[in-house]
Amino acid sequence: MEGASTSTGYQAPVLKAKDYKSDINPIWCPGCGDFGVLAAMTKAAAYLGLAKEQLAMVSGIGCSSRLPAYINSYGFHGIHGRSLAIAAGLKAARPDLTVVVAGGDGDGFSIGGNHFIHACRRNMDLTYIVMDNEVYGMTKGQASPTTQPDWRNSKLTPRGTGVRRFQPAALALAAGASFIARGFTGDPSGLTQLIVQAIQHPGFSFLHVLSPCQTYQPEQKEWKHLVHEHAAEVTADPIEAARLIQADDGMSLGVIYAQSLPTWLPPHLSQASLPEIEAEFHL
Amino acid sequence: MPQESLTGQPSRLSIAITGSGGSGAVTTGSILLAAVARAGYYGLMTRSAGPQIRGGESAAMVRFGPGPVNGMDDRFDILVALDWLNISRFYDEIPLGAESLVLTDPAGGTVPAEILASGAQVVELPLKAMADAVAGGRLNMAALGAAGAMAGLPLAALEAAATATLGRKSASVAESAVACLQAGYAAAPARPVTAITGTERWNMSGNEASGLGALRGGVRFVAAYPITPATEMLEWLAPRLEKVGGGLLQAEDELASVNMIIGGSFGGVPSLTATSGPGLSLMMEGLGLAVTSETPIVVANVMRGGPSTGIPTKSEQSDLNLALYGFHGDAPHLVLAATDIRDCTFTTQWAVRLVEHLQTVAIVLTDQALGQSRTICDPPAEFPDKLSRVTAEIGAEPYRRYALTETGISPMALPGQPGGLYVADGLEHNPRGTPSSMAKDHAAQLEKRRRKLLDFDYGPWWAEIRGAGPLAPLALVTWGSATGAVVEAAERLTAAGHPTRAIALRLIAPLRHADLAQALDGAERVLVVEQNQGAQLFHYLHGEQALPAGAHSFARPGPLPLRPGDIVTAALATLDRRVPAAVPAAGTSPATTTPESQGHASVSPTADTTSVDRPAPTSAQEH
Repeated sequence: MEGASTSTGYQAPVLKAKDYKSDINPIWCPGCGDFGVLAAMTKAAAYLGLAKEQLAMVSGIGCSSRLPAYINSYGFHGIHGRSLAIAAGLKAARPDLTVVVAGGDGDGFSIGGNHFIHACRRNMDLTYIVMDNEVYGMTKGQASPTTQPDWRNSKLTPRGTGVRRFQPAALALAAGASFIARGFTGDPSGLTQLIVQAIQHPGFSFLHVLSPCQTYQPEQKEWKHLVHEHAAEVTADPIEAARLIQADDGMSLGVIYAQSLPTWLPPHLSQASLPEIEAEFHL
Repeated sequence: MPQESLTGQPSRLSIAITGSGGSGAVTTGSILLAAVARAGYYGLMTRSAGPQIRGGESAAMVRFGPGPVNGMDDRFDILVALDWLNISRFYDEIPLGAESLVLTDPAGGTVPAEILASGAQVVELPLKAMADAVAGGRLNMAALGAAGAMAGLPLAALEAAATATLGRKSASVAESAVACLQAGYAAAPARPVTAITGTERWNMSGNEASGLGALRGGVRFVAAYPITPATEMLEWLAPRLEKVGGGLLQAEDELASVNMIIGGSFGGVPSLTATSGPGLSLMMEGLGLAVTSETPIVVANVMRGGPSTGIPTKSEQSDLNLALYGFHGDAPHLVLAATDIRDCTFTTQWAVRLVEHLQTVAIVLTDQALGQSRTICDPPAEFPDKLSRVTAEIGAEPYRRYALTETGISPMALPGQPGGLYVADGLEHNPRGTPSSMAKDHAAQLEKRRRKLLDFDYGPWWAEIRGAGPLAPLALVTWGSATGAVVEAAERLTAAGHPTRAIALRLIAPLRHADLAQALDGAERVLVVEQNQGAQLFHYLHGEQALPAGAHSFARPGPLPLRPGDIVTAALATLDRRVPAAVPAAGTSPATTTPESQGHASVSPTADTTSVDRPAPTSAQEH
């Protein structure tokens, strides 16, 4: 898939990727992986032909949560950890919108961890892109729930956290997510495809993106040599998916698990009038 | 009809029904309330229960009369003791006097000495034997029949209420109940029966009334987490929201619920959550986001005893400070309080319309005493204005979400609207919505968010004012569930030759300074009445420099309700004080400082906190 391709019978979208890019300059550090997510997101939106006004980007707080400001769509830059809650409310109220949630590993797995597991379980039709750099960047380099336990570069944890890392894909599977994939910002074409698939999936799509931090985790420059294709076909079997995720080194790229599960939306039943409801109070 | 009360008030009667778990005290009270409604009266039923889910003791308190009833009396006229187990839990909550009657079955044990000490007269009836004589008969229905006769209610009203309530279980249950009612009614010392021709009236609880106000205001999305005593509002709303094309999302916690309704409102759907103190604490960061991003939301906060887990099943007006001051940063917002059960509908509807128009947060304060009580009342008033969200019209100019307008209200684009693209943000921003840390943007946006609330014309709904007009030298200022007792106290004081007005604030923040000053005009004495320990409203009004000299506080924590007689006593003590000196003596408590230095040289408020437990400081302010 090459963005706005016209040669495959697919109807060419009117908008190009650059049309989804806002005129605000990112505050990200040079070389930040998050630039790759921005590029892939705009390409995916163009490929899908999303009307800009029907797209809502929702985020929390952190470097990666700046993403909505850089996308030419509706957006909500909320508070730390609560992006999935804002997005759930928006989707419940406005099921017609395409709602994409973006954030980092601290925002999503630490302060927002409870919302993450419940968003997986609730399986609303949301796409959740977590840009994982294993560090809190905006507060200048503290350990996150995905930081290696022996990482000693933070004054807050000078001997390392000594605590095992979350495995985000395993967490999402256990909590009931219906789509789990992993991407890498150094693979823009693959990442774009994954975002497209995640948006197309009906239900809660968790896209774990390895997004290196050049400033506080410079060793992540090596990730481009460590990532590899996910070896197996996408499975709909949670037992198989669990086995693959647990056996994996956390660096495999692709869709790991996709399952058709019931999604949650408030039922929109009849259109009763208020006087009908008020009648129950009459003596 | 009920006796004339000793205080010369319109005739009303108060009946308490107590019993241990399974005795049916609350069901009995509900049927009694339905019966007084059928007899043409207005009524109020409050409940008291311990924390147990099943078992444990419970009490239902019913007061009724020919006009609206919004609070309990000083004493109960009739105590119906279904049994005496755990009665000691209710000694405080069910005051009796020498005129009171106690209905009991001697087979159920002797009357406790603490009850007899009140001087109440005991009416002994073989209630259990009456119930046992009926197949499937129950003691509580025999007791209700007897109490109904003692209260002067028509038997037919009791029978019809019991049949309507219990007939849902089965016809035989209802038939047994009616037989027991008849037996009890025939055996009791009866008052003359009076029924009146009632006008159209409704039967609703405060939580139901708040839920209806939300629907009337246009709320179509609710996200919430269960919490006592707010849960019934959510349970009432969930199926009814669906009937009107909306929905309720049960959130994983209150951090989620407040952010979910922010999302729903951003999408253009009027949104609300309901909670109680601990939940409101958890929501504060989200409420600040709504203020800053100018996303309209309403929080219906049903207060309970605090702090911490406190007394979840009982009432207290102690979340006012949190509602007023809980935000970080300068975060202007609305704080409203419903003045009675019926008013829960109006105030909640008004709050929804206000936030939709002003793009801000409203915290609507009710409490357990309103939320979980049930009233027979006139149909609730409708908010008459068509206030609604100001939406953006996209023209040639680039859309600016936070444009600096004259009113401070910036037209709001909604997702799906071409040309209105913007990113709502909790970061400070410029008029376009782009994050900004520049002083000029911060100053302009802070000022706009404040001005839009201060300059708005809230109309006559900011307070309920009752009583003897502007010439009344005594004014009682109050809020929320204390209003019923305060209005009754004002009536008694006026009848006793002390003209008194009662002012119940419905819009607490922003404070309507000019309106309040006008309402207080001519009052030589002001007593601020509320049900919390810290005199929260009193200190707020003092801080706002809204109280004249001679203002005092009557503040007492829950869970016991404020009773009219307590307020009369405190008001008379206030009247006995002489005009305070311009400058209080040094060394007085923080509550007694004078804020002249803040520019009110002509007024020298001298305040002290008075409570029944803690007599007012003396002499220093009274020479």
